[in-house]
Amino acid sequence: MVEKTKSESKPGSAGLGRRVIAALPKEATLILIFVVFCIVLSILTPRFFTVQNLRNLVRQTATIGVVSLGMTYVIISGGIDLSVGSVLAFAGISGALLMVGGTPIVLAVIVALALGALLGLVNGIAIHEGRVPPFVATLGMMTAARGLTMLVSGARMVTGLPRPFVQFAQITIVGLPALFFVWLLLIIASIMVTQFSRFGRNVFAIGSNREAARLSGINIRLNTYGVYMVSGFMAAVGGLMMTSRLANGVPTAGQMYELDAIAAAVVGGASLMGGEGTIIGTVVGAMIIATIRNGGNLLGVNPFVLQVLIGVLVVVAVMIDQMNKGRSE
Amino acid sequence: MSVKHLVQMKKISKGFPGVQALDQVDFDLEPGQVHGLVGENGAGKSTLIKILMGAYKADAGQILLDGEEVEIRNPIEAKRLKLGAVYQDITLAPELSVGENFFLGKLPRSLTGLVKWAKVHGETQTFLDELGIQVSSRSPVRRLSPAQQEMVTIAKIVYEGSRVVVFDEPTALLANEETEQLFDIIRRLRDAGTGIIYISHRLEEIFEICDTVTVLKDGRRVVTCPVEEIDSDTLVNRMVGRNLEDMFVRQTYQSAEDEVLLEVSALTRQPVFEDISFRVHRGEVFGLFGLVGSGRTEIVRSLFGAEKPDSGSVSVEGAAVHITTPAAGIRHGIGLVPENRKEAGLATGLAVDFNINLASYDNISRLGFIDGLAERRRADKYVKDLRIKTPTVRQAVKKLSGGNQQKVVISKWLCRQSKVFIFDEPTTGVDVGAKVEIYRLLDELLQRGAAIVFISSYLPEIMGIADRILVIREGRSMGLVERAQFSEERLLRLASGLEAEARTANSTA
Ligand SMILES: Nc1ncnc2c1ncn2[C@@H]1O[C@H](COP(=O)(O)OP(=O)(O)OP(=O)(O)O)[C@@H](O)[C@H]1O
Ligand SMILES: [Mg+2]
Repeated sequence: MVEKTKSESKPGSAGLGRRVIAALPKEATLILIFVVFCIVLSILTPRFFTVQNLRNLVRQTATIGVVSLGMTYVIISGGIDLSVGSVLAFAGISGALLMVGGTPIVLAVIVALALGALLGLVNGIAIHEGRVPPFVATLGMMTAARGLTMLVSGARMVTGLPRPFVQFAQITIVGLPALFFVWLLLIIASIMVTQFSRFGRNVFAIGSNREAARLSGINIRLNTYGVYMVSGFMAAVGGLMMTSRLANGVPTAGQMYELDAIAAAVVGGASLMGGEGTIIGTVVGAMIIATIRNGGNLLGVNPFVLQVLIGVLVVVAVMIDQMNKGRSE
Repeated sequence: MSVKHLVQMKKISKGFPGVQALDQVDFDLEPGQVHGLVGENGAGKSTLIKILMGAYKADAGQILLDGEEVEIRNPIEAKRLKLGAVYQDITLAPELSVGENFFLGKLPRSLTGLVKWAKVHGETQTFLDELGIQVSSRSPVRRLSPAQQEMVTIAKIVYEGSRVVVFDEPTALLANEETEQLFDIIRRLRDAGTGIIYISHRLEEIFEICDTVTVLKDGRRVVTCPVEEIDSDTLVNRMVGRNLEDMFVRQTYQSAEDEVLLEVSALTRQPVFEDISFRVHRGEVFGLFGLVGSGRTEIVRSLFGAEKPDSGSVSVEGAAVHITTPAAGIRHGIGLVPENRKEAGLATGLAVDFNINLASYDNISRLGFIDGLAERRRADKYVKDLRIKTPTVRQAVKKLSGGNQQKVVISKWLCRQSKVFIFDEPTTGVDVGAKVEIYRLLDELLQRGAAIVFISSYLPEIMGIADRILVIREGRSMGLVERAQFSEERLLRLASGLEAEARTANSTA
């Protein structure tokens, strides 16, 4: 037993070092951009670099950050998941309804997460078994899950959540919001899974060349299910985080989140062609987008102008990436 | 003696991250010359051609056309200068018909703006017939076999009336007959004064069709001389930097009495093949020969599980394989090296180490997590054993030269420690040195107790390597030939249906 853990920890650390170094240039540029951005904002407005604002920023980013993690798996596998915003709302509302109805918090959370994964599974089944293109399958789920959310909640906010659940979003640990630690935990888990697990390798292989992956014995069915279930699960986590933060179950929550999540992944270097992308890239991508929003608000920039800026950012990020690739080929 | 040069490439250099693909290479081509370009995988042949065709930009050097310096910035410009190339990979639009591909971007239109289809297909068909290529102008390209697609590509280049035509390993996908057809086309072009650059790893082709040959090694030009002044051994020595012994290394050939490792009975998938049965013994190379399109690839794909057969059974070491998915075949120890490596063999965007381990991650993971050291160790081992030329194992496979990519696919199954290896045209695009290494590897696999199913359209190769050969024609067994009875004529007669020895083969196999 002792020996086992020993030999297991070694390769992990050696592999980590190697992969981090190999992945450095691209992620490093992103982080640099992000840092420059923060510095500029601090100079422009004294209100940016305050504990209060940063805490708020992190708290807001955590939700979309978690959703983008799930999206990264899907995009690496060569798919897309447009249903995350609706799944987020559905899981959030379901959890809220259960809690209000007297279900213990832990149980309600587990059920909500399971529901998220279940909707993801339905996506996976439609895509693999029904051969529906991911774009269409998850577009259908986006509408259906939103409809379900409205049905179960009567299109009304769910109020009267138990105190401890609501307080969770307000707790800080060593000065950082608890929600941030949920995100951090999932970031670490996702890095481990995408870089060091068999599932991670399979997802990359399928995204890069499905047929070659199949002929190498990779089970396309299970891995497709897995990818969309992870995405559904992450959306559900996001839904619970948001419900806690808003102190209410909100049926309209998470609208347009699918686009922000895709944008975060793409800005972070994931390719919609599949087979390419990193968790760290997505995390930084999500932070950049959130910071633009936040800084824009502080500076009183018209939110519509911000929207235009973010749109431009996504396209420019992909363009720069393509140009880099073109040069080396 | 002043010769009028058609193309002069002077001191061309080109570096990629981690490799100097070309280092001050000079290359000349005269009108009516067939100039062979040879060298190991990764020597820089394709890179040189791509620079001439405007697909890559050289870091340094000059290109002169008819003695005048030109700058070829992109493939469109190359086309305008009447430079044409048939690349290693097929470059036709698969959804369009042959005729549409011929007239791509310049479909003739009537005054009303309608496409003159009659003219398109009429002209294309006439031209194809003239070259003796049996393909209908109206059939969509994706319906054609790879060999037919190749011939269509060649016809299209000829049709465009290029002054320089480059062939980058054109015969890789072709059978004997088609190769002859290709050579006829080349001779015609040559006699009309076209300059031809011919890249191939099959040296006897160089001696047959070329008049001059240039050897590249590690991005440098080693020698250029008329083919009469060099013999095959010297050429190989110049390419590889050492002498190669016997091509087909086999320690012993099998007497076919040992234990049966793979048994295929009455395998059928309509309409592609029917009632295919054979046994492969431990330590045996079992050849499958047939003309391109005879169904060999489909047979092995089905027995591997890539395609579901209608009926029939497969067993490995006496245990029946439930043929539903490749995973089942792989679990029983079958490994397939497919003929189209880019589509089916490799995740080309991913790294070399990833691809080598692709089929074996379950062997090197615990609780779902990968043993990173083992992954690296295995990748390093095969990169070294097969001499895969790559700056690091983290390099994306698509940046490797064609032959090195093939070595990565083979490594994948070596790494998996399969028992039954199916090689579908494994030496396509692989250089002589590496070919010998692959044959030696086959031998090593046999020594370790593997069985091998070997498909090749290239007769000298399959006759050199196989113990027995099953000849397939139009999806049916035409006969099983023992090593003692091998002869080119016999095999070709069976494959083309001139000799009918069929049916009995199944019962004796
Ligand atoms: N786009 C690229 N990016 C990085 N390296 C490349 C790229 N294209 C080619 N190379 C490298 O340049 C070298 C020469 O490659 P090239 O394709 O010209 O070889 P080749 O002689 O055609 O080999 P083969 O016989 O295998 O086709 C190789 O080491 C290859 O890995
Ligand atoms: Mg080449």
